[in-house]
Amino acid sequence: MKKRIIPAVLSVVLLLAALMLVQAVLIPSRYDNREGHLLCGYYGVSDKHDVIFVGDCEIYEGIVPAVLYEKFGMTSYVRGSSQQTVWQSYHVLEETLAKDPDVKVVVFNVLALKYGKTPTESISRMTLEDMQWSASKLQAIRASMTEDESFLSYFMPILRYHDRWSELTAADLAHTFRKHEDITHQGYLMQTDIVPVDPADTRKPDMLINTVLPARSMEYLAKMQDLCAQYGAELVLVKAPTNSVKYYWYEEWDAQIADYAAANNLTYYNFIGMDAELGLDWSTDTYDAGLHLNVYGAEKWTLYLGNLLVTNHGVQDRRGDAALDALWAERIARYTQEKQQGVQTK
Amino acid sequence: MNFASFEFLCFLCLLTALYYLVPKRAQWVVLLLGSVVFYAFAGVTCCVFLLAVIVVSYLAVAIMGKRQRACAAWLDANKELPKEQRKAYKNKNKKGNLAIVCTGIVILGAALVYAKFVSGYFGFKVDANGLHLGKYALEIMGISYYTFIAIGYMLDVYREKAPVQKNFAKHALFVGFFPQLVMGPISKYSDVGEQYFTPHAFSGKNLYCGAIRIAWGFFKKLVVADAIAPAVGAIVAQQKGGVFFLLLCLFYSVRIYGDFTGGIDIVLGAAEMLGIRLPENFNRPFSSKSTAEYWRRWHITMGAWFTNYIFYPLSVTKSMQKLSKWSRAHLGTAIGKRLPVYITTIVTWLFTGLWHGIAWNFVVWAMLNCLVLLVSQELEPLYAKFRTKFPKLHASAPYQTFMIVRTFCLMALIRVLDCYMNVPLTFQKLFSVFTEFNWGSLFDGGLFTLGVSKTSFAVIGVGILAMWGVSQLGKDRPLREKLWEKPWLGSLAFAVVVFLVLVFGTYGLGYDASAFIYGGTFN
Repeated sequence: MKKRIIPAVLSVVLLLAALMLVQAVLIPSRYDNREGHLLCGYYGVSDKHDVIFVGDCEIYEGIVPAVLYEKFGMTSYVRGSSQQTVWQSYHVLEETLAKDPDVKVVVFNVLALKYGKTPTESISRMTLEDMQWSASKLQAIRASMTEDESFLSYFMPILRYHDRWSELTAADLAHTFRKHEDITHQGYLMQTDIVPVDPADTRKPDMLINTVLPARSMEYLAKMQDLCAQYGAELVLVKAPTNSVKYYWYEEWDAQIADYAAANNLTYYNFIGMDAELGLDWSTDTYDAGLHLNVYGAEKWTLYLGNLLVTNHGVQDRRGDAALDALWAERIARYTQEKQQGVQTK
Repeated sequence: MNFASFEFLCFLCLLTALYYLVPKRAQWVVLLLGSVVFYAFAGVTCCVFLLAVIVVSYLAVAIMGKRQRACAAWLDANKELPKEQRKAYKNKNKKGNLAIVCTGIVILGAALVYAKFVSGYFGFKVDANGLHLGKYALEIMGISYYTFIAIGYMLDVYREKAPVQKNFAKHALFVGFFPQLVMGPISKYSDVGEQYFTPHAFSGKNLYCGAIRIAWGFFKKLVVADAIAPAVGAIVAQQKGGVFFLLLCLFYSVRIYGDFTGGIDIVLGAAEMLGIRLPENFNRPFSSKSTAEYWRRWHITMGAWFTNYIFYPLSVTKSMQKLSKWSRAHLGTAIGKRLPVYITTIVTWLFTGLWHGIAWNFVVWAMLNCLVLLVSQELEPLYAKFRTKFPKLHASAPYQTFMIVRTFCLMALIRVLDCYMNVPLTFQKLFSVFTEFNWGSLFDGGLFTLGVSKTSFAVIGVGILAMWGVSQLGKDRPLREKLWEKPWLGSLAFAVVVFLVLVFGTYGLGYDASAFIYGGTFN
């Protein structure tokens, strides 16, 4: 019996080791994708925050925590990722509040409410794989899985990425065991390019088919509200300023959210069309022709929203705390330096 | 539940553990419950069909068995009666049994024909809103296989070649044993029946041999067959001719071999883990030196079924005997001897073709196979002369290889009718080999426009070599049994196969690994 057990056990160990090694190579390192690792930076910070921003690209490219601290003494973090759905935002917020239970205000960008199901498997995986293992992550996976996905493939990513063997490059190998570098500024992803809105572009948004936002996303919005209430945090809904027919925020949806906010005693700020108040100039404040804000636009929106958070929601000024000031000074310096240098996006 | 799925592997592991943990006398109950659970995943309609086949075949077998016992008792009690009277009684009893078995066959055959061919026009579906009638083609998993198993058993009982299983649950297990439900093999009660009900002690060897056979089945299916499938699909969809037709013959042969033998390896491996030896369905078919030999090595249980239950019974019918006599008298001995055999062979092949599907391509496929077999049979005296005159040449390795290649090419050409599902188009593409001179495409990158990359072709090539190597090493006895005797090599081989399947297998998002050719189209 012994002569069979030892070889069997060793073969299994060898098989597992080989699979782990190959898996490490095959999992996309996303080293060339600036949006590849936006969530993981949070696990490395230990300070507390008064405000948490959750949402998708509009929030992680629109809100600058460094500016919020510099101007208002507000401690904040952006927990957003590409195409982050509302159920992903919910579970990301769940793990955030578990770690950071004294948060005063949670700001959620409502664009993702338009998705009733996970729009893109690969992008959804980018979010999920960037989360640390926890009960929240497991639930986020369950909520996000597309029809043909297997739950097991999140534990054994080789089942998902095995067919990448034929497209591996030397760069993939080089990045296999490299730790992901946090390129965000407290969750904010800086964009310094300027690609103005084309005034000659007369395209109209696609005709709205579903005038009502999906029930599933509204259900998760309600859960998010309950979660905030559980931690004594106030939920604030926002719609980031944009100027593009792509990812258009329709009036019908806006009205539905406004009604929902009123019915649930929530605050809802829609910044679309508030260019004058915000001081936005779509010829300089966007890096992709009005779809997202660049750093110049983001600073303007951040200042405006920061002012609202202080005035209407009583967020405290934490400046004067030596430890915090020192910590944020370092962050502000890094932010300022990168802004001055400009971001290499290509 | 699909064989090529993680769910199936989990199910099999749990079932195997339970099978060896329960008291041995209850093992068959575990198999029955496992089969019920496995088939329940296919849906209510599938379960209803399987249950109907089990009930009808059980009733037929039980009634025949009762009549046979009564007949035997009567004969025993009336030994003093004249021989003619006893014979007359026996014949009467046999006729009664024939009526029963025919009724059973008609009912099961009607269910099979309805499910496969008629339901597309007059079908039904059941959902939350109730029963709906209309053109709902039914997809009844494995109906051909278990119906054939049941019909074969009824006929064996009628011929008194198999014992009557009086226990309904045991009968249900024989007809519905889960591994063979999807793609066969078509087993006979005399081969496997009692194995289900006899106790099986835990055997590390069975477990290892079964597991590595399953892993190897996955290798054939996922690393080779499914990897080359896009090239087959692309050549057919783009209607490429010339050299691509020849490539299609080759690729489709590789695909169907990997898919079908891989699937059967999973089936037989699963049964082996439970200590049950189902009949082999393949015996290195691509090593055959003649068409007749090929058909003795390819889809063996189907061939045996058609031979046992169509060819032989048809050969001995009164009308066929009359025809034989008439043709010998009117057409001479040479033709008279052959004519009934020809007719029976043609009818048997026609049934074989129609079993694959009601379509002209299957009919032509069957008739071409039949033609090649009959012509080979007629030319046999010439071959014999050749063998006698040139024994050394005939026994030489190059000539033996020539025969293997010739048989492979012939079968590959006929098999390609499956791909186009259109007889004129298939022949048009065949003739394009002589009219479209695009051999340059093999070297100018045209090969890599078929949806299979260079690296994938390389893996497929290595996979084919591995399949060939394993079949050569298992000529005298299965390689897995040899590996079991060498614990280090055996364990390592298992780990390597699993590793290759997980890394190079065609599965996951965007692939449909669950679909088997013989578990789908030809079920």
